[in-house]
Amino acid sequence: MRDQRGDPAEGKAHMRLELRGITKRFGALVANDHIDLVVEPGEIHSLLGENGAGKSTLMNVLYGLYEADEGEILLDGVVQNFSGPGDAMAAGIGMVHQHFMLVPVFTVAENVMLGHEQVKGAGVLDLDAARARVREISARFGFHVDPDALVEDLPVGVQQRVEIIKALSRNADILVFDEPTAVLTPQETDELMGIMRQLRDDGAAIVFITHKLREVREVADRISVVRLGKVVGEASPTATDAELASLMVGRAVELTVHKGAPVLAGSGLDVEHLTVTGPGGAVLVDDVSFSVKGGEVLVVAGVQGNGQTELTEALVGLQESVTGSVRLEGVELVGRSVRSVLDVGVGFVPEDRTHDGLVGEFTIAENLMLDRSDGPPFVRRGALQLAERDQFAREKVAEFDVRTPSIETRVGRLSGGNQQKVVLARELSRDLRLLVAAQPTRGVDVGSIEFIHKRVVATRDAGVPVVVVSTELDEAVALADRIMVMYRGRVVGIVPATTPRDVLGLMMAGISPEDAEGDAA
Amino acid sequence: MSATIDVPSAAPQASAEVRHVTQVTWKTTLVLGVVTVLYGVLLLLAPHEGDSRFALSNAGDFFTIPVVVVPAMATAWVCFVIAAIVTTASAWLTRSARRLPAWAVALAAVVLLVGFLAWAAAGSPRDLSVVGLLGGAVLLSVPIVYGALGGVLCERAGVVNIAIEGQLLAGAFTAAIVGSITDSPYVGAFAAVLAGVLVGAVLGLFTITYHVNQVIVGVVLNVLVIGLTSFLYSQLLVPQTEALNATTRFTRIGIPFLERIPVIGPVLFDQTIIVYLMVVAVAVVWFALFRTRWGLRTRAVGEHPLAADTVGIDVVRTRYRAVLWAGAVAGLGGAFYTVVSINQFGKEMTAGAGFIALAAVIFGKWNPVRAALAGLLFGFASNLQSVLSVVGSPVPSQFMLMVPYVVTILAVAGLVGRSRPPAAEGVPYVKG
Repeated sequence: MRDQRGDPAEGKAHMRLELRGITKRFGALVANDHIDLVVEPGEIHSLLGENGAGKSTLMNVLYGLYEADEGEILLDGVVQNFSGPGDAMAAGIGMVHQHFMLVPVFTVAENVMLGHEQVKGAGVLDLDAARARVREISARFGFHVDPDALVEDLPVGVQQRVEIIKALSRNADILVFDEPTAVLTPQETDELMGIMRQLRDDGAAIVFITHKLREVREVADRISVVRLGKVVGEASPTATDAELASLMVGRAVELTVHKGAPVLAGSGLDVEHLTVTGPGGAVLVDDVSFSVKGGEVLVVAGVQGNGQTELTEALVGLQESVTGSVRLEGVELVGRSVRSVLDVGVGFVPEDRTHDGLVGEFTIAENLMLDRSDGPPFVRRGALQLAERDQFAREKVAEFDVRTPSIETRVGRLSGGNQQKVVLARELSRDLRLLVAAQPTRGVDVGSIEFIHKRVVATRDAGVPVVVVSTELDEAVALADRIMVMYRGRVVGIVPATTPRDVLGLMMAGISPEDAEGDAA
Repeated sequence: MSATIDVPSAAPQASAEVRHVTQVTWKTTLVLGVVTVLYGVLLLLAPHEGDSRFALSNAGDFFTIPVVVVPAMATAWVCFVIAAIVTTASAWLTRSARRLPAWAVALAAVVLLVGFLAWAAAGSPRDLSVVGLLGGAVLLSVPIVYGALGGVLCERAGVVNIAIEGQLLAGAFTAAIVGSITDSPYVGAFAAVLAGVLVGAVLGLFTITYHVNQVIVGVVLNVLVIGLTSFLYSQLLVPQTEALNATTRFTRIGIPFLERIPVIGPVLFDQTIIVYLMVVAVAVVWFALFRTRWGLRTRAVGEHPLAADTVGIDVVRTRYRAVLWAGAVAGLGGAFYTVVSINQFGKEMTAGAGFIALAAVIFGKWNPVRAALAGLLFGFASNLQSVLSVVGSPVPSQFMLMVPYVVTILAVAGLVGRSRPPAAEGVPYVKG
């Protein structure tokens, strides 16, 4: 067993990882197409690519979760045969997963020891040894992690550190970080970069998977760009954002959103003292007040899970325990059913399109009329009007550039970007007086992102108040007229879109805009 | 490793956590209130004059406690007043957003029970045997407790075990046949364990290997075992009762000294080996789940199987192991019917005990000790009926037969607070 090799601090085996011709197919889809990759010890090698480019699949092959159809994995020139993650770990590969692989109801120590438990006697857990191990690694990196804390009680940033401790406690020489910054504040991201550099200087080979250009340029020693399952090229960290983006997408990309100065209409959305209480008494949205005028985009920024989802759901009547007031052009929305909120003229793009926005087993045409199933023109005397429905669907598919073989295609078969366009087409085809879009571009390819941004700006220019939730600072800054930052259910501040990024970053950690400007200066 | 790099601790935070408000729930007060009022109405409408006699000791105890004789209605009303006070306190505490301590709820329950017994036994010439009440409760709860332990083991690993009923029945049937043929209750009990494991293996095969909906497989298994044992019973056991369906039973083994303590001696320390084993099993299951490597892995597989897989734990094997152990425990519980309780198998003789065990699992929040206590409570509720019919209670026996199920519904409806099942329970693990 590797565990007997002693402290990783001494005698670190510097290991070189090589992937040769890795191919992985899922049915007809080729997720990885003959991928070659070399990661040297003591370097941070970034795997840059869009959502769905095949980065995570590749790493799951490396980690033994998937079996490759072709190709081989070499460590220090020796071909490996992983039949499961246990083998990969034993060989010295550690992984910090995008969705943390932690058992929420276990303590930190239990999570770290799981799978390679120290035992005394006949299988009785030696928790003290596990605690000591957590403390030792924690101290080495300045992590401040309490081994007896329950993981579910820890903030996500700390949970990620537990994931790192887990990998290090098994003496991993090769560390894979899969989209590690998605759930972090900008400050936490900076700290993570520091940790990655420290691990690299320590001799580890690090694979950093991301689609965020800024982070790649900041920390990577080498960059491999993956597109549609293939490695399409290498880039140097000195490349510009535009160069990296065009390599990633395969064509020149417009990174900025073009929009004119807002033309404000008189009335719009007024939210006062909105409070949402979740099951168990947690106040998920805490006394939130703001207003959005017609012709204005308010972006609700913040790290995922700080009440933004619940806020948008409360606006359209999807939350149960809501107090306060939401008025749209003077009409009170709190207490109404979702149906009547939509009838007032609210368009809603939910955060999880596959779960809440679409019925995957329904066709595009069916999904496009889901919200108008209670009367003309699509339903008359209880019967579906198929001709009208299909006519409408064909128009919308063309207008919103949905790439699909036909309107009869099941929505579940479309790519993320095209699914989102279907949602947007449905929501924007009513007479809108408010648009609420939660994370409209998450998991969407760059081409679709451009399109969605344009439609959002067009809606704003038509004089509709727009509320967009985004966890990506770049998107928030690009799209917003004003930015509202949320933290732990409360509004930290509402600031102009021209606010410096580092100030916004500090606000996302709960620091008031005044203090943040002081700190940032 | 060189010097430690100074990574700043988490960014300074304005306020660390989401605000919490205490949510008041009127559930406890409501249930206490309704039960107390119903009890009061019963006393008003059907007063029972006379004395109630409670017998507390058996012959052979260290010392004899005389039969307690109390005036029935006075006792019943005193109990009513105490319950009313607890209910009022609960209402007052809930109003000020506080919670009634658990011991107060327990007090109200005990008081209401004593009052009810006093009322029911009023004027009866026969003593109400407290030893019989408790001892019978322990016996009736044995299959429930074994079943609940099996349920906890299985569900902690992420497999819903609706098939407890089937495992109990299979155990009872097998123990009857094998016990009769070999004339040994030990061999019979061992065969029951194997029968439980067999049912568990089928459950595992379909739910773990073939990812079939766990609830459906469980229900189908129950129906299958009921059908199979009923068929074999009428075709095989009835014609050859002497050879195949007349077992030797376990004899009671008194623990010297302890068995002579009044009340608890005969209840706890003069039992068969199956009952002693039950106590051991509760402790062992608890220790195994929460203190051993096996338990940590089993719980991990039930909470987050993918996480377990990514640290090299074989999810399928771990789940199988838990399901088979669960079957063994439940099967042993089934043996109780035919080698402890009576000496022969009867059609559908488990009569829903497996489902009560399932309720005990939920009531006990998937903790073996709590689940076993819940099983004892349900056993007690079942036994109340038979004890009251002995003293000639005025309550129709059909009503008393409902008591365990009413208790079960109240318990599962969340009277004990939120009960959180293992996160991955019921979810088949399909590898990517």
